[in-house]
Amino acid sequence: MQIHDLEKIFEEKIEREIKIESKDWMPDAYRKTNVRQISQHAHSEIVGMLPEGNWISRAPSLKRKVILIAKVQDEAGHGLYLYSAAETLGTSREQMIEDLLSGKAKYSSIFNYPTLTWADMGAVGWLVDGAAILNQVMLCRTSYGPYARAMVRICKEESFHQRQGFESLLVLSKGTPEQKAMCQDAINRWWWPSLMMFGPKDAESTNSDQSMKWKIKRKTNDELRQQFVNMAVEQVKLLGMTLPDPDLKFNEVTSQYDFGEIHWDEFWAVVKGNGPCNKQRLEARNKAHEEGKWVREAALAYAKKQQARISVKVA
Amino acid sequence: MKTFIGKQLYGDFGEQEPGGEIAKEKKAMHDEDAWPLWEVFIRSKQGLDHKHAGSLKAADAQMAIENARDVYTRRQEGVSIWVVESKHIHATNPGESESLFEPAEDKIYRHPTFYDLPDEIKHM
Repeated sequence: MQIHDLEKIFEEKIEREIKIESKDWMPDAYRKTNVRQISQHAHSEIVGMLPEGNWISRAPSLKRKVILIAKVQDEAGHGLYLYSAAETLGTSREQMIEDLLSGKAKYSSIFNYPTLTWADMGAVGWLVDGAAILNQVMLCRTSYGPYARAMVRICKEESFHQRQGFESLLVLSKGTPEQKAMCQDAINRWWWPSLMMFGPKDAESTNSDQSMKWKIKRKTNDELRQQFVNMAVEQVKLLGMTLPDPDLKFNEVTSQYDFGEIHWDEFWAVVKGNGPCNKQRLEARNKAHEEGKWVREAALAYAKKQQARISVKVA
Repeated sequence: MKTFIGKQLYGDFGEQEPGGEIAKEKKAMHDEDAWPLWEVFIRSKQGLDHKHAGSLKAADAQMAIENARDVYTRRQEGVSIWVVESKHIHATNPGESESLFEPAEDKIYRHPTFYDLPDEIKHM
């Protein structure tokens, strides 16, 4: 079959909402975009464990501690689902991990911000996971089958993350003046980076939006960001707290909340490796990988030895 | 100054190199040093089939089952697990789909609804 015939079949499938599976023919650029996006998504889950891991040993109660452990464990699992999905496109796990450890691969910039107080655990759950969920819900319908299935699984688990975060803030918001202040401070620090999570403004896109055409994405950055703002504005009222944006106001014409300008210089600085914790995060990942090396080797040596024993018995 | 390089969507952070001196030379792992890939099948409750849940890496079958338990059954999703090394799975090729599956399309007489029967007929 000619390439243009294959391309036509591929385009038709996309058009008719038929998922693309790993063995189907697909344009190289589609494969490459998916590998990049899915692996970056996987890296984000893995690095995302670090800011929260910081608070496992400092959680204020046993209840909060087991919740946090469960959440971090979920994120490890989410990383696995996504690495597996990326691998179906022909890239190897080892290559992806190498790219993360060397600093070549990207992950969500949000995880390069520090978690300074306990209230940050609540704010991360409510805002960061909340922003992630909007994206992930959309990705449940992405055109690449293995990615979509991974996202369905992730979404099922993720909603607990956001709810526990909000509930945790709710408790603080009804606490002592110090606890209330801590709650407001965490919201103040996480609000803008959460808005940045959705990526640059649609207007600044230089390329034609191939990801939308291929239905890898189904909503633009600005659409998702607006959806998030509209939701958060209502939710913050239940906490009796405020969002740190004086320009936030309901627009009668659009029936949406207008919001202030995002500091894109900060966004790009963090993306380029100059955020508060970029170096620390990569060092932590590298350290964990190095220190786990002997475990990986020992497990493999043991498996080989067991197998050799079985072969001897059979013979 | 416009620092923007390429289209970036949420979860897709482009390919530009980061700053800092973190980047290190890494040796690629050899294939034989990597744990093999396993496919995981979960029975969600007694009486139902095992269904494909996903895949994972493990050094051997026992570790694959233990990891599958941790990854896929943390919320009571299963009562039984099968694992099989991915390399043992044989599959149809998408290129053969037409010859394999299309012949069934025009055989509607294989379905009960193909047969027009009087409404009075009971228990059928």
